[in-house]
Amino acid sequence: MIRVILPGHLRTLARVNAEVQLDVKGPVTQRSVLDALEAQYPMLRGTIRDHVTQERRPFLRFFACEEDYSLEPPDTPLPDAISSGKEPLLIIGAIAGG
Amino acid sequence: MSNVRVLVGTRKGAFVLSSDGKREKWDVSGPHFAGWEMYHLKGSPADPNRVYASQCSGWFGQIIQRSDDGGKTWTQPGTPPGERTTPEGMPKGESNKFVYDTSAPTGKPLTTHQWYDGTQHPWEFKRVWHLEPSPTDPDTVYAGVEDAALFRSKDGGKSWHELSGLRGHGTGPRWQPGAGGLCLHTIILDPKNPGRIYIAISAAGAFRTDDGGKTWRPINQGLRSQYIPDPTAEIGHCVHHVAMHPSRPNVLFMQKHWDVMRSDNAGDSWQEVSGNLPTDFGFVVDVHAHEPETIYVVPIKSDGEHFPLDGKLRVYRSRSGGNEWEALTKGLPQNDCYVNVLRDAMAVDSLDKCGVYFGTTGGQVYASANAGDSWTPIVQHLPAVLSVEVQTLP
Repeated sequence: MIRVILPGHLRTLARVNAEVQLDVKGPVTQRSVLDALEAQYPMLRGTIRDHVTQERRPFLRFFACEEDYSLEPPDTPLPDAISSGKEPLLIIGAIAGG
Repeated sequence: MSNVRVLVGTRKGAFVLSSDGKREKWDVSGPHFAGWEMYHLKGSPADPNRVYASQCSGWFGQIIQRSDDGGKTWTQPGTPPGERTTPEGMPKGESNKFVYDTSAPTGKPLTTHQWYDGTQHPWEFKRVWHLEPSPTDPDTVYAGVEDAALFRSKDGGKSWHELSGLRGHGTGPRWQPGAGGLCLHTIILDPKNPGRIYIAISAAGAFRTDDGGKTWRPINQGLRSQYIPDPTAEIGHCVHHVAMHPSRPNVLFMQKHWDVMRSDNAGDSWQEVSGNLPTDFGFVVDVHAHEPETIYVVPIKSDGEHFPLDGKLRVYRSRSGGNEWEALTKGLPQNDCYVNVLRDAMAVDSLDKCGVYFGTTGGQVYASANAGDSWTPIVQHLPAVLSVEVQTLP
């Protein structure tokens, strides 16, 4: 079971609380996790990555085990701690203003 | 007795303001979609309980929301609440997908427009500025987007397809963004001629189709804009808003960047009607519900100073279709007021007497239940108001 923590606005949009749990088939990568997330919560399509290009929206970042994976290729395997569900994948909106 | 419902989009959520026909006491519902930019909400004339809303964010992009109960509850079209998976055959999760048409069958794939520096720049979807529901079909709705293009949904907002003839008609590569972006912000559906649609783009100008969106042509003859290389060019004018009275679809009123204009021939030519306005810069223009020659604007000092002249918030009304204007000030702040009124933030109801409404970037929504003679604030402390629409309900 993969754990994902969404930014607050996307939790509201998906009508979920706290973290989301996903079944991911095959290698656990950014792409496979996001595919599973969008399949389970179709209202999130287009909000994290572009509908067509599948590129990450510029003001969002992906963190795993206190490391920034945002610039890694989408098919790079995520750490074992994410695959095992020990740690969540964090999707974080850039902090702006001030 | 009739009721009115005022749909307010703000920088940080949407609000629904409701009253009976007296328009004295108001119920305020909201914020809906708290924290999101709500560029526009508009109800279907064919089914007043059907309301469409444009929700967007610099982080998460564009969302389309739909209500089927007059704004009490909302869903993303095609994605009912509580249904997490995608049954076969349902286009779930597509309601926020706006993809420019570059297909061969529709003719001319168009990939660039003019950028601020004069170079060519790819078309990039950013947000929906305006939603215009069909007057006859609740499931048909048009969307004006940035970068400028016109989309249509025929399935209640579940899926969207571009009417690409607009971008492809020939002048598209010369369109250039205004300070607010290259946005298609005005859509007017001719109630007497289903094939005729008017749209306006900042800063390209106004355009018209007479065949339901297949072919388009610029309708900017008579506009004069000193700030562009050729002041009378076919395109390039920063049109801020256009309004029409449904009984006279050939008569249009325009608030341009500077200048208030009118056309009596469906946009084929325009003449200036700024007359005695203290400044003819502004964003909104609207028409009285029962008097097609009575129009309203809110003069703003200048393009460099987006607030009322002398700190006095004044609506100006012309009962002669322009040129002769009177200031309407009763109930409006007449000192130290430095708010703006954005292009989609004025609307009228169709009660007798006609109600007029507008919202400010200071978070006030003002209402007049007597065609502008006097004003009262419905709410005073909302986030900056981006849009105001009114539904007159039986």
